[in-house]
Amino acid sequence: MAKFAKKKDGDLPAVSTASLPDIVFMLLFFFMTVTTMKDSSLLVQNTLPNASEIKKLEKKDRIIYIYVGKPTREYQSVFGTEPKIQLNDKFANVDEVGSYILAERAKKPQELQNVLTTALKVDKDANMGLISDIKQELRKVNALKVNYTTYEGDAFRNLQ
Amino acid sequence: MPRRKGAPEVNAGSMADIAFLLLIFFLVTTTIETDAGLDRMLPPMEPPEEDVVIRQKNIFTVNINRNGQLLVEDELMDLKGLRQAAVAFLDNGADGTCNYCQGRKNPESSDNPAKAIISLKNDRETKYSTYITVQNELVGAYNELRNREAQRLYGRDFTEMEGKYLNPETPSAERDDLKEKVERVQKMYPQKLSEAETSTSN
Repeated sequence: MAKFAKKKDGDLPAVSTASLPDIVFMLLFFFMTVTTMKDSSLLVQNTLPNASEIKKLEKKDRIIYIYVGKPTREYQSVFGTEPKIQLNDKFANVDEVGSYILAERAKKPQELQNVLTTALKVDKDANMGLISDIKQELRKVNALKVNYTTYEGDAFRNLQ
Repeated sequence: MPRRKGAPEVNAGSMADIAFLLLIFFLVTTTIETDAGLDRMLPPMEPPEEDVVIRQKNIFTVNINRNGQLLVEDELMDLKGLRQAAVAFLDNGADGTCNYCQGRKNPESSDNPAKAIISLKNDRETKYSTYITVQNELVGAYNELRNREAQRLYGRDFTEMEGKYLNPETPSAERDDLKEKVERVQKMYPQKLSEAETSTSN
């Protein structure tokens, strides 16, 4: 026993954990800076299709989002299973899209109002009829720049 | 009464725990969003001043029906062949004014890339995913031709140059240089993709 006790004398000192808070704080600040709080919770199912010839959407302040898809399960009893449009935090009809775009446009600074992009985040199971109606509404308010938001991937995977 | 040696030190041992708690909160709420997608311009509402006469051979019609089948130039086509067909149409150069075109110069097909128009029509019941796939293939056809010309002129891909040009982090001197090149290639194969209003019947 004495043999073992003796060895303890020359043992390595414990690793100092004094700098642990610093490391953790560093990580904390990193995540704090890259975090973007979700400004609207999704009321619709939103599995985007895949596409390969995509462009990145730079500059978030120039984008207006429109979500389309089937209502999520908890809303299906009230709103049914047909694809619906979501603007901000609530469901909307097609004829409200125009006024929504105008309202969002008015909120942006003057110099950005002409360079806004409308990002259409549409579930891949939605029908084109609804999308065409939205596009028609967008044309009426002269919001001509659209972006069909997709995931990056092989476009032929959409067909399965 | 014991002698005091100044204020007692605050125990900072739990600092890490607090920081961890915050860290975990931000980890959970973080969504590093990288939105990307297909950029398109919608046609303006007002019709053009004068009626432009477009010859039928300069229009490449793509019809998608409700089952996701493609009718390209009045012939049934598989989606996988669409890109090649679109490239062949755009690159045809029948009237000989396009000296960089490598197409077959088929007199029945488009005159030159500036005149060639792709017309996309879909049914109301068409699935969005099919539509995106078709859009992707058509944009891909343009990108393929533009890449080819960019490789020939500048030895690099058009898509890479455009991405760099649009990236706000690229230094402005480089962007000015790229702007000219990007616009030149874009002009060689201008994207003319018209979307007709959807049909209600087949």
